[in-house]
Amino acid sequence: MEIPYTVEAHPETGLNNGKIGIWLFLTSEVMLFGALFATFIMLRLGSDGNWAAMQAEAELNIPLATLNTAVLIASSLTMVMAWASLMRGQLGRFKLFGWLTVGCGGIFLVIKYFEYTAKFEHHHYPESSTFLAIYFAMTGLHALHVIGGMAWNAYFTGPGSKVFHTNRQWLTDRVEHSGLFWHFVDLVWIFLFPVFYLL
Amino acid sequence: MAEPVHASPAHDEHHHEQSFWRKYIFSTDHKVIGVQYSVTGLAFLFFGFVLMMVMRWNLAYPGEPIPFIGSLLGDNRAPGGIMLPDFYNELGAMHGTIMVFLGVVPLAVGGFGNFVMPLQLGAPDMAFPRINMISYWCLFMGGVTMFASFFLPNGAAGNGWTSYSPLADIALNGQTAWLIGMIFLITSSLLGAINFITTAIQLRAPGMTWMRLPFFCWAQIVTAFLLLLAFPPLEAAGVLQLMDRVANTSFFIPEGLVVGGEVLERSGGGSPLLWQHLFWFLAHPEVYVLILPAMGIVAEVIANNSRKPLWGYRSMVYSLIFLGFMSFIVWAHHMFITGMGSVMSTFFQTTTMIISIPSVIILSALFISLWGGSIRYNTPMLFALGFLPMFGIGGLTGLPLGLSAADIPLHDTYYVIGHFHYVVAPGTLFALFAGVYYWFPKVTGRKMNEFLGKLHFWPSLVFMNGVFFPMMIQGLNGVSRRLADGGITYDFAGEVAGLNRMMSVSAWCLAVAQIPFIINFFMSIRNGEKAGRNPWNSTTVEWLAPSPAPHGNFDQPIEVVRGPYEYSVPGSDKDYVPQAEPAST
Repeated sequence: MEIPYTVEAHPETGLNNGKIGIWLFLTSEVMLFGALFATFIMLRLGSDGNWAAMQAEAELNIPLATLNTAVLIASSLTMVMAWASLMRGQLGRFKLFGWLTVGCGGIFLVIKYFEYTAKFEHHHYPESSTFLAIYFAMTGLHALHVIGGMAWNAYFTGPGSKVFHTNRQWLTDRVEHSGLFWHFVDLVWIFLFPVFYLL
Repeated sequence: MAEPVHASPAHDEHHHEQSFWRKYIFSTDHKVIGVQYSVTGLAFLFFGFVLMMVMRWNLAYPGEPIPFIGSLLGDNRAPGGIMLPDFYNELGAMHGTIMVFLGVVPLAVGGFGNFVMPLQLGAPDMAFPRINMISYWCLFMGGVTMFASFFLPNGAAGNGWTSYSPLADIALNGQTAWLIGMIFLITSSLLGAINFITTAIQLRAPGMTWMRLPFFCWAQIVTAFLLLLAFPPLEAAGVLQLMDRVANTSFFIPEGLVVGGEVLERSGGGSPLLWQHLFWFLAHPEVYVLILPAMGIVAEVIANNSRKPLWGYRSMVYSLIFLGFMSFIVWAHHMFITGMGSVMSTFFQTTTMIISIPSVIILSALFISLWGGSIRYNTPMLFALGFLPMFGIGGLTGLPLGLSAADIPLHDTYYVIGHFHYVVAPGTLFALFAGVYYWFPKVTGRKMNEFLGKLHFWPSLVFMNGVFFPMMIQGLNGVSRRLADGGITYDFAGEVAGLNRMMSVSAWCLAVAQIPFIINFFMSIRNGEKAGRNPWNSTTVEWLAPSPAPHGNFDQPIEVVRGPYEYSVPGSDKDYVPQAEPAST
């Protein structure tokens, strides 16, 4: 038994099932991070003006975070390039850009690791202040999303790419969907960066 | 190493015939998954009911040893068979959690939604069959976590099903297990919701336009949107509370909190109210998750058994969508007594009054649908008819709670418990029973026994009211809903405290009244009267499939040519015209 519209688009909606599924998933992700941003606002408003002091005490590393922002934006670019290569039928270029995307995610995590360990060395833990608590909660959850996106991309760039020879459209669609997720994760960071480091 | 060779002769035959594990346990067929959900939901409903019956003993006979099972509970729960207040709290919290998240939602959404909706849409399966399977097993893991938490050294979570902070942040009981269990359940709902919506958008049969969808499908779609958008904030809140418990953060802990006479050593600066906002942002839409599928089932059963089209189908659908939208902006009416300020209260009581309008439209339309019908009083119809006044009582008693001034004296009393249970127990549960009796022939190919069904319905109706109506009377007298002894130590409870025994006896009789259902359920699987494809002479598409339906659902192409409730059409030779006539005729 075949489920209709797994690859071909539905004539009325113009979309296949996976595309609708991933967008619905992203709406729920918006609500998830939205709730956390709301928490951030409530904690900041309820801090009786101590927020700036807590932020200063946390000594977040702005240059490293700026570098990380650049790395993630670059990875979104390579993600699109990977998908565009598949659209053109260039398997080799797809694999190149796919691994570059995964690699950028890896660099992001390594930098994040150095940031976290620097905090721990100065005894800055989630329990130290509500600023650090929400910082670790949100960036940690974001890092988990990065890991998830990397695993997803690594699968389709590595073992999953064999489908290229049998069902190219299917692979292209799946890469597009993982790209949507990857851009979303990127976008979350674009909000996290100013909220925690700059404001 | 020799095994692959050994297995190879039978390999070809197994290729077509799925193994037992693939077919019944890790199945991707929406019907099998629907049955898995339903059975899990029914089992947890029963378990949650047992928890409540134990609680009701202590409410009716505080300080007396629990009969039969008292000695089995152990000294840390009930020394000498006498229940400790802490154990009462555990039972209360887990009764709420299990009934809502592991009983009603799996049965109403996971069970009926999974089994019936693709059939009604004329779809071969769900859009993502494997995600569907994962969704069930996430629920299962959540259920196991919740169940196992009773055996932790300090018992299960006992901070109310709402898990209010800061109590839940610092409690020594199984709150951590509760949070982990909830994360499984939330994941399950999320995957299910994505699947439901995509299926409804993409896999409707040709000709099944949006306004030809059965009302049940509409209810499931709106419910899925609520699950999709309301659950993530609770997931966020759950993660934060988990951090408060295991990483000593202070998201929900204010500065200088005194516990046991000592100031808690935390950084502080958090907000207990924040938890309540995040929790109720989920939990109010969750109430509609409990009630909308029930309304959907009742609409199907009433249209079928009054042999009439639903009155006002379009206004019902629009009301449903409006209801779903509004349910996101009423949550703080659960928080009137937290002192959040009169401006906030005014806003939320206004939205609460507005949201009652679409509910009333749907209920009125269902009542008017009965007028002039040729009503068949079979078991599903009796439960559906029972739903209408019971849900009506539940809804109308909610109005005083939606007004902030009236809510203040009522909020912490049994009145709230009575109101909520009228909505979900004789309300939603009756609708779910109607659904079980109504769709049982599609699942098994056999009908359930009518006599036993009536023996199930009438006592259930009587005893449900016996349990929940006295709560309203107690509540209006000011009896607190948070006391393990049922308020017997308070003077003002004196004249109404005796009602506790009536409620408890009703609850145990209600349990006895479920025995005919259990017998009927298992007996009818093998010995029930054989049902053909369409035993109720219904119009909707699921009845065109064989009973039980095979993998892939339909043995003929489905093309929908008319609306869902073409009953008693003038000039027609029979009193129903199916939505999709077989393509061969």
